[in-house]
Amino acid sequence: MSNFYANEPTGPLEDRWEKHLFNLSLIAPQNRKNHKVIVVGTGLAGASLCATLGEAGYQVSSFCFQDSPRRAHSIAAQGGINATKDYQNDGDSVWRLFYDTIKGGDFRARESNVYRLAELSGNIIDQAVAQGVPFAREYSGYLANRSFGGTQVSRTFYARGQTGQQLLLGAYQAHSRQLENDNVTHQSRAEMLELIMVDNKARGIVVRDLVSGEISAHTADCVVLCTGGYSNAFYLSTNAKGCNTSATWRAYKQGAYFANPSFTQIHPTCVPPTGENQSKLTLMSESLRNDGRIWAPKNSADCAKNPADIKEEDRDYFLERMYPAFANLVPRDVASRAVKHICDKGHGVGSKIHGQRLGVYLDFSAIIEKLGLEAVAEKYGNLFDMYQSITGEDPYQTPMKIYPAPHYTMGGLWVDYNLMTTIEGLFAGGEANFSDHGANRLGASALMQGLADGYFVLPKTIANYLAKSVLTDVDDTHPQVIQSLKTVKDRIHQLMNAPAPKHSPEYYHQKLGKILWEACGMSREAERLNRAIDEIAELEMHFWKNIKVTGVDKDLNQTLERAGRVADFIELGKLMCQDALMREESCGAHARVEYLSESGEAKRDDDDFSFVGAWEYRSEQPMLHKEQLNYEFIEPTVRNYK
Amino acid sequence: MNFTLHIWRQKNSNIQGEFVTYRIDNIDEDTSFLEMLDQLNEQLIAQDQDCIVFDYDCREGICGACSLVINGYPHGDKKATTTCQLYMRDYKHQTELWVEPWRAKSFPVIKDLTVDRSSFDSIIQSGGYVSVHTGSAPEANALLVDKHSADEAFNSATCIGCGACVAVCPNASATLFVAAKITHLSLLPQGKIEEKARAQKMLNQMQSEGFGSCSNHRHCERVCPKGISVSNITKMNQVLGWT
Ligand SMILES: Cc1cc2nc3c(=O)[nH]c(=O)nc-3n(C[C@H](O)[C@H](O)[C@H](O)COP(=O)(O)OP(=O)(O)OC[C@H]3O[C@@H](n4cnc5c(N)ncnc54)[C@H](O)[C@@H]3O)c2cc1C
Ligand code: SF4
Ligand code: FES
Repeated sequence: MSNFYANEPTGPLEDRWEKHLFNLSLIAPQNRKNHKVIVVGTGLAGASLCATLGEAGYQVSSFCFQDSPRRAHSIAAQGGINATKDYQNDGDSVWRLFYDTIKGGDFRARESNVYRLAELSGNIIDQAVAQGVPFAREYSGYLANRSFGGTQVSRTFYARGQTGQQLLLGAYQAHSRQLENDNVTHQSRAEMLELIMVDNKARGIVVRDLVSGEISAHTADCVVLCTGGYSNAFYLSTNAKGCNTSATWRAYKQGAYFANPSFTQIHPTCVPPTGENQSKLTLMSESLRNDGRIWAPKNSADCAKNPADIKEEDRDYFLERMYPAFANLVPRDVASRAVKHICDKGHGVGSKIHGQRLGVYLDFSAIIEKLGLEAVAEKYGNLFDMYQSITGEDPYQTPMKIYPAPHYTMGGLWVDYNLMTTIEGLFAGGEANFSDHGANRLGASALMQGLADGYFVLPKTIANYLAKSVLTDVDDTHPQVIQSLKTVKDRIHQLMNAPAPKHSPEYYHQKLGKILWEACGMSREAERLNRAIDEIAELEMHFWKNIKVTGVDKDLNQTLERAGRVADFIELGKLMCQDALMREESCGAHARVEYLSESGEAKRDDDDFSFVGAWEYRSEQPMLHKEQLNYEFIEPTVRNYK
Repeated sequence: MNFTLHIWRQKNSNIQGEFVTYRIDNIDEDTSFLEMLDQLNEQLIAQDQDCIVFDYDCREGICGACSLVINGYPHGDKKATTTCQLYMRDYKHQTELWVEPWRAKSFPVIKDLTVDRSSFDSIIQSGGYVSVHTGSAPEANALLVDKHSADEAFNSATCIGCGACVAVCPNASATLFVAAKITHLSLLPQGKIEEKARAQKMLNQMQSEGFGSCSNHRHCERVCPKGISVSNITKMNQVLGWT
């Protein structure tokens, strides 16, 4: 039943997308209004898709759980977006971005997809500029660039430290423009809780109106999930509080394969946790690593000292020491592991949590001395202010403290070259799919991927699907629709009426987060993963017995919303551990202790693990399917940033 | 730290609301304001009570979801901050706190501290964009923008659509919000062409959503978490030919 075939075009890499575009079927403009597409999620991927499909004349219905599409988590992206314009004439090219992305992902992504992403990147900037996105500019009036984590060219476009906000508002405005047109509708404060399948095809969704609690069914010719990532499985992460896996998890349970669930990125530069009641961690943009120098005290005895009292020769600029070529700009996974390593060895700074200091310094004194306070403030002012408001410390005066935190999920729904999942008529875009980043994502590449999917790839591949499919009529009276509504209502009933209500959703979420952070975070190990799988199974059992949701379901009830999301995170958490256990190698962000070199470098095993691990839901045990990765154009090498 | 909290509870838009008093103890000063409310909600769950509903998402000052009036000030009395960026150390000396929703006719209360701000979306839909066809755009550097205009446009574009400016305004006007978008787009060559029609459409929409008009009280710029200045309103008036 499932379509587990990548559908990659063949031939020279440079021609593949163009050739594929030519082979895709089109729908004539006058017929487009007869096709209805549901888009769940209106972050960068979803909003850009809705704008494009609306412009083309399709009927589009979109949904998001926030009170406005403008608040999607994409709004929080700080540092920038990559594109191969080569405005800086520093030798950038489509090929180089392609190569950097494949290498950055530690050779665990599909070449054709990544090449297409690099090809489309330039056009995204054109689109955004035309919409009025106020990117940073040079005095000449030309667009400015900076270099960003893990690359040696300046290909990152940015709008101060608020690039995601500006890109999302651009896409939101383009989407809003379509909402004036009768074909396009949008519902906010609406959460998708089930995927409706008819004849093995995705034909609709069940949605809970978060204000009234009303459950309704919506049908269409196809469904697209642009519902973001699942870092919140760890409880504490840099993601917005509402980010969840529910939409993708419902799809998984209906038969869509989930790929590489254990490939989760831990971002090196976040504000360290301070206590037990913390609700989230805040990212300090990676762009800070361009100008800040990371160090820790050489002597453990200095760790509790005021950094100003630690002599220059007693400071260990460990990234510069360990990786002279890339120094403070090594990719995220490499930097995060190094920071953890330093803190585990007892050289961490900051307040003690569970007996350990979790932090290292990110120091701007050198750059302030060089460029002056004003120039530094112009570049990083809002980030410095943010840091100060969180910690009460002034980074102009004293170095920031940073520690890694869960940030991005490379894993997600498995998709083919058309971004269609293994369920016919179900597509996934943005962070919700697994497509382009392999085992580790480079900085400023998620915005690029979400927008490439939404503006340029999905509109074409969805049209092809609609043109080629013969679909039966489905309306609200269809037995499958009625069944899906019932499934959702039963589940809500179960959440509201546990046999022995005792603990809040937060309680379970924190417990899950702790298990995942220890077992499936920056370093993983078979024995701990096995234990975590048992612990999560037990947690799941307790959850359904003891979950306590107060209030009523036919109302705005945030406790109920959370309970549903936590239930899905618990199941996903188990699959993350199973995937991490299966992958007996280290690659990218996936660091298995058993497969690290002495100095902590990932030992990849291309002979046995050069595949995408795609999991199929089965009620007893998930089943693994392997998509073998064939490197036709790039020879996988040891990722070396020394 | 210990706090006495008077929190606005309201079942829905049709039922009158009221302040209900709660006590919360042992709050650490590094706890954020919203984390303090999270802890209060955990207490309520333990007591089998319905939780206090309030909007939030990013919890880092950028999504514009959070929206509380604290002791009379939208987003609290700290300057240029959203509610989610307040920490309890900021309230060391104010242990009695009154917490209310945004109050404005065009932002009806949905429940407790949550209001309906979809009127802001309608204003953007009425014309808050550049009418470029999605999917076809010229080469980005074909259009130069002087750095100063780009920076100024960015400053206006940082509005997070939170609605504090409306909540504080005696006329419950959305003029600052509207003016910020008009200014952002008018300062760029891409948005210049349609500027006048855009401004008129957005202002008309603002009126039909029931927002009041601006009579220069200037409270809005004082509470705006992003420091959007009333010079945006001057700029908007220029665009409309009102000056
Ligand atoms: C703090 C931070 C900084 C970042 N900085 C950068 C950066 O500088 N550069 C970069 O390239 N990337 C960055 N990233 C990553 C990047 O922001 C995200 O990967 C990207 O924005 C995801 O976009 P998206 O459209 O896939 O999903 P999102 O923006 O997360 O949108 C998800 C949408 O789905 C909706 N949704 C979710 N579940 C449901 C449901 N069940 N029912 C209905 N609707 C649902 C939501 O309402 C929302 O509209 C950053 C991430 C973080 C956390
Ligand atoms: S102008 Fe300021 S206060 Fe008003 S909505 Fe925008 S950010 Fe909020
Ligand atoms: S929660 Fe996003 S701005 Fe406050």
